[in-house]
Order: sequence, then C-alpha cells, then structure tokens
Amino acid sequence: MTAMAAPRTQVAAVTATRSWKVPITLGVFGLLSFVLFGLLGPAGSVTTFGISTGADLLKFDPVELPTRATAIVLSVLCLLLAGYATVRVRADQPVGRWVLAVFGVLWVLTFLVWAVADKSTSIVSLLQGSLLLAVPLAFGALGGLLNERAGVVNIAIEGQLLTGAFGAAVLASVVGNAYVGLVAAPLAGLLIGAMLALFTVKYHVNQIIVGVVLNVFAVGLTSFLFSSVLKNDPATLNTPPRLPTLPIPLLSEIPIIGPVLFRQSIIVYLLYVAVIVISIALFRTRWGLRVRSVGEYPQAADTVGINVNRTRWGNVLLGSMVAGLGGAFFTIGSVGAFGQEMTAGKGYIALAAMILGRWSPWGALGAALLFGFADKLQQVLGVLETPIPNQFMLMLPYVVTIFAVAGLVGRVRGPAAAGEPYVKG
Amino acid sequence: MTDQQPVPPATGEPAPEAPRAAKPASDARWAATFREITTGPFGVTVLAFVLALVIGGLLIIVTDPDVTAAASYLFAKPADFFGAAWSAVSDAYSAMFRGAVFNYEAPTFARGIRSLTETMTVSTPLIIAALGVAVGFRAGLFNIGAQGQVLMGAAIGGYVGFAWSLPPVLHLLLALLGGVLAGGFWAGIAGFLKARTGAHEVIVTIMLNYVALYLVAWFLTTSAFTRPGSNQPKSPGVKDTAQLPLLLGDQFRLNAGFLVAILAAVFVWWLMSRSTWGFRFRAVGSNPQAARTAGMGVASSFVLVMVVSGALAGLAGAVQILGTEKALTGGIAGSIGFDAITVALLGRSKPLGIFFAGLLYAGLNVGGRAMEASTGTSINIVLVIQSLVVLFIAAPPLVRAIFRLPAPNPVVVKGASA
Repeated sequence: MTAMAAPRTQVAAVTATRSWKVPITLGVFGLLSFVLFGLLGPAGSVTTFGISTGADLLKFDPVELPTRATAIVLSVLCLLLAGYATVRVRADQPVGRWVLAVFGVLWVLTFLVWAVADKSTSIVSLLQGSLLLAVPLAFGALGGLLNERAGVVNIAIEGQLLTGAFGAAVLASVVGNAYVGLVAAPLAGLLIGAMLALFTVKYHVNQIIVGVVLNVFAVGLTSFLFSSVLKNDPATLNTPPRLPTLPIPLLSEIPIIGPVLFRQSIIVYLLYVAVIVISIALFRTRWGLRVRSVGEYPQAADTVGINVNRTRWGNVLLGSMVAGLGGAFFTIGSVGAFGQEMTAGKGYIALAAMILGRWSPWGALGAALLFGFADKLQQVLGVLETPIPNQFMLMLPYVVTIFAVAGLVGRVRGPAAAGEPYVKG
Repeated sequence: MTDQQPVPPATGEPAPEAPRAAKPASDARWAATFREITTGPFGVTVLAFVLALVIGGLLIIVTDPDVTAAASYLFAKPADFFGAAWSAVSDAYSAMFRGAVFNYEAPTFARGIRSLTETMTVSTPLIIAALGVAVGFRAGLFNIGAQGQVLMGAAIGGYVGFAWSLPPVLHLLLALLGGVLAGGFWAGIAGFLKARTGAHEVIVTIMLNYVALYLVAWFLTTSAFTRPGSNQPKSPGVKDTAQLPLLLGDQFRLNAGFLVAILAAVFVWWLMSRSTWGFRFRAVGSNPQAARTAGMGVASSFVLVMVVSGALAGLAGAVQILGTEKALTGGIAGSIGFDAITVALLGRSKPLGIFFAGLLYAGLNVGGRAMEASTGTSINIVLVIQSLVVLFIAAPPLVRAIFRLPAPNPVVVKGASA
C-alpha cells in the first residue's frame, strides 16, 4: 500500500493540497506491527492481561490471549484503518481525528500483546499509573496554556512544578496535614509566576529567556534550601503525610474504569475539576474571550478598553498557581519527601503536552495522558524484561513527543501574540 | 529590551546634556562619563552581579545556623547577630574567590594560581557550547538541546579517540571532527523537523536531550564502548595520540582545549559578522518575512543554523572528553549544555561577551565547589546567583530603579516618538 501511495504524493503535491502524510504513516506503522509483532511474533505464546484489582467488588478472571493470533488480528484492524484513511484522502475528505486515536490505541495494544508474551500484566494498574503520572503534566500544561492564551510563553512550568513540590512538602510536613500542602503548592508556584510576570510583562524581557533562567533559579533555590535547611531537620521539615486515596462510592466499583478514574487521591479529582472549569472559563465566558483576545491581538484588545498588561499579570499568576498545584503531586501526591531536582524535566514534557493539545484544556489533558501512558508503559515493560534494551524503553516518552509534535499534529498555531511583550503605543 | 541599547542622538539634534551647558564643562563631562559607566551595558552588568551577590548573601545569612542562633537574642546583643551574618557571608564569598581566582592562602604561587587555571579548564566547554547556543539565538532559534549535542559530541569524538589508531595530529583532528559531526547531526534533526513540519525547536531539542542521554547510556552497555572484560558503564581511555596536550605541565589540568575555545570564538565572530551565511542567519533571525522576500531560504537557514549550533556544542563535548575527562561516562556532559544557555544569555550572544561570561560562570562553579568544601555552604547558591545575574542583566530598567540611576539617554524614549 505504501508503495502505491508513495508516487502519488508527488502528484498530489503539485495538483492539490491533498496530504498523504496520514495514510502513509498509518500504513507504514500498520505493516510494521503486522510483520514484527504478528508474523515474526512468538508462536504458541500466551499473553495474560489482568483486568481486576484486589479491592474490586466484582472480580474478573485475567484474560488469556494467544499472542501471535491476537497481534495479527489487531494489525489487520490497523491496516484497515489505514485503508479507510486512504479512501478518505482520495475522496478529498478529511480524515477524522478519531481514526488517529483508534489507530494509536490498537497499535499500542498490539505492541503490548507482543511485549507481554508468556507473561502477565494488569491493564488496570497500567491505566491507573498512567493517569497518576499524567497529573503533573496536565496541571503544568493547563498552567502553561493559561499563560500563553494571554500572550506570555511559559517555559518556567518546570520551575513552578519544582517550587510547588517543595512548598507542598515543607508546609504539609510542618503542619502535619497533607491537605495544607495543596494550599502551599500553588502559593509556591506563584513566587515563580510573579517573577515571570515582573520581568516579561513589566520589563519586556524575552519570555523564553526569563522562563529558562527561572527554571535554573527554581532548581538553585529549592536545592539550596533543601541542603542547608531541610537536611538539618528532616523529621519536622521534610516528612509530609501523603494524600490518601479517596474512592468515590459506586463509581469506583465500575469494572476497569472505576478503579482507574475514581479510586484516586484528591489531586486527581482536582484535575478533573480544573480541566472542566478552565475549559468553560476560557471558551464560554466574557473573561475567557478577553484573555484570548489579549493573546491573539493585544492592540485590538487595548483599543476596546481591555487592560492588556493587567490581564497578562492576572493570567501569569493564575497559571503559575495551577502549575504549582501540579507540583504537589511529586511530594504529597506520591513519594512524600522532597528531593533535589525531583521534577526531572517533567515541566518541559508538560510544555510539549500543551502544544500537542493545541492550547486547549481537553487537548492538554489528552496529551498529558499520552505521555503518562508512555511513561508508565516504560516502567511496566522495564520490569518485564522485554527483548528491547531498557534504555530504549526509557526513551519512549520523548520519542513519542517528537513524533507527535513533528508528525501527526503538523503545523500547530498557538496564540498569535505569545512571546511578544506589549508596549502601549 | 529595546531600551537597553542606548541609541546615540542623531547629529544635528540637541544633545541631551544641553540644559546643563551652564555648568562647568569638566563637571558635565564627569557627570556624563559617570552616567555612561554606571548605566551602560558594562555598568549594568557589574551592578547586576553585585545585586545577585547581595541576594545570595542574604540567603546564606538566613539559612546559616550561627546567624539564626544569634538572631534569637538579636535585641540583647545585636553585634553578635551582625558579626555572625558578616562572617557567614564573607567566609563563603572569600572561599569562593580562593577557589576560583587565586588562593592567597596557598604556600606557593603555583598552588595559588591553580584556582584560575581550573576555572579556565572548566570554562572551555562552556564557552564553546555557549557560542553554539548564541548562533541559534542570533538567528532566532532557541537551541535548548545543547546538552544532548554535547553528549553526542563527547560520545562520537571519544569513540574515535579510544577505538581508532592513527598518527598523533591526525587522530586528534579526526576525533574533534567526529564530535563536530555528531553534534551537528543531532541538532540538525531539530532544524530539519522545524523546516519540514514546523515542529517547535524548543520542544524537539529538549526531547532530543533525553534521547541522547539514554542512547549514550545504551552505548555504554555495548562491547564497542566498554573496556574489555568490564561491564562498568565507562569507556576505555582516550589514546595519547588523540588527547589535547596540556598547556602548563602535569600540575595543571589546563589543556589546548582552551585555545580551541578562543579559536571557536574568533570563528563565530567571523561567521556572524563577516560571512554571507552569518548575514543570512541574522536576517532570518530578525525578520523571517523580510528575509524570505529578499530571496533567502528561511527553511534551509533553519537547518543550517541548527547544524552550526549543534556542531559547536558537539565540539564542546569532544574537547571535554579529549582534554579533561579522557574517558566516556554517562555523566560526562554534566550540565554543560544547560549552563551554556545561561552563558550565552550572560554574554549577550556576542563572542567576546561569551568568553568572559564563560570564565565568570566557570569561576562561580569552581569557587562554589571550594566554598562548599571549606564553609559547608551549599553549592546550589551558585545557581541562584547565576540565574539572578542573567535576569538582572536582561532588565536594565529594574537594576537602574533599584540603584536609583537615571535612564542612560532620557531623550530617546521608545513610545514617546510613536
């Protein structure tokens, strides 16, 4: 199929704006999985997936699948989707985004069936872990898009996550209550946000430069305080209680979905609320319209009486608080104690999630889930000793990002005025 | 940032100092000179540095246990508090100076000056990588991926150095070339993707950092990169024929890499200020639309800029392994690539500025290590100082406001004319 499609791209490029990128990509990946995971897959192996957890009310037996046959069936489904995309492009019809989503799920499932051959893994804990790992990314991406929708590029998400993690750990530890950490984290993120706003909005310094430097500042400040203050009295200052799991009655008993979505800690539920509220606020309220106009065309916004720089200050501060809240995940949301540079570049992944999600809250959540899944998958497969060297599994989330940003998303356009300081003239 | 470069008033217009002509001429000249020094780019740099050191000092004071102890009886014996605060800060900063510039407590001059040579050694890869980042900045591209490019340069440059057997000079040159090609290729991926698909270079270069990290970690598990009979993630030593020669004898680590850094700075100056490529890079950086209208290939420039930028970062990695480290490990790049971004900003993306910024930055790092060893003050304070210096330098109006200095040229105010 790819051989047939390849020469046509030349013609298409000349005659019309028809793009064969999607069908070709899907076709290549479909064939790859058909050959690698299907035909060359281990014969006679069985893959076992667990679909219940011990705490479930209704328990199901693990599903056992013949590895090779399942992989072939799933690959054929992938190829059918690629064929459907080809038909749509030939008819000059848009290929729906659902095709990409379904293809992605099927392809990953094929890979999983192949990688878990003769072993067993729990689908529920895989998905649960993915959601959990997506939490800081999603909060970071939401914080980032609140900034960028108002025209301020926020590279400092990393720093906001880090100070948020630090603030949450210290205050929760001193007070002895994890929920206090949820208040402290946004305030700690606010510190970085205030500096970002001061330098970019008031002093018109290049926003990317300030963001990069603020990340260094956040690492320096938290690491300095960690090694010169927290280390002297870790019992009082760095032993925070962790957020407990709060299963939602009834909902948490739904098979598979229940434990994944509704048997989590409060920070995950806060994420649901944040995505819904920010999405409505940005696209359904007067405030949101104003914010977006400031991000797209500040001169016009100014002309109709919107205070551009005040809007930007407000959004940078708000965004930094959202990102800071996400930082709480690293300490009170997971391991408890704060460690130096514990965010380990997650802020940059959040930035990628924001771009991949096209600056929309739901998109950001989806992209964050994708990265969270890639990360969790890497952890699971790292334990399972798959034929692939561990280092390549560790690369997975980052390679996925590159493919996502460069390949299937294509040219995305952010808020037009993002990155430009507004000088009233 | 428009107001940080004072625009000289056009000839024929009244000079800004005109109203003060009534004063004695020497006074006016002195005032103008004073203003020039304190509010010009150099003055702002010095003041920014002072300001960052003051804030760093405050942090040291607040977290010092002796000072906190004295603070509990501050009103009974304020002298104790201020004494403890002063000694905490002065001990830390003087230890830093001894570690970075000259150890005046050392018995011999050679031992004393070793600090400065150490600073120069550490600054070498920083300067070269920062030059690469700066080429990107001036062409409007943010190469945040210098870290990965340094690592790839070190891996491939190092491989040529320890795996091949060649005559002395040729071996060194080929090893350096290997680093250059590896770094250029790695950054070229980001440039190519930006040109072809519009993928943002900031994201792609950051992701490539991680990919490089794990790729090199994987290299170090293969037999081609590890010592025979060992499964340690460490490569064999670079052969003598491929090592950069030491400059000051065995006592010091300073090597010919420092000369490579100087050559690289001269090359970047020539490239950006004197060559056609450099003109194209700068044109694309300042106004891509105008550059396109003028017939320059913007997309191909993206690729070229990233390749040049990454090639310099790769050279930095090669110099680090061939001159200083002598063997490949997963942590060989340290934080050179990330520091290079700050150094490029500190040096305002100009070769000479980067040269001094690299020395300053390396001095803070080397001195910070000495400070941590001698006074126990955490080296992380250095990161705070470094980041604050860059922030303050980038916002001269803030520095001037803090020191209550006048604007450098009150007549030319952006916005007033518009």
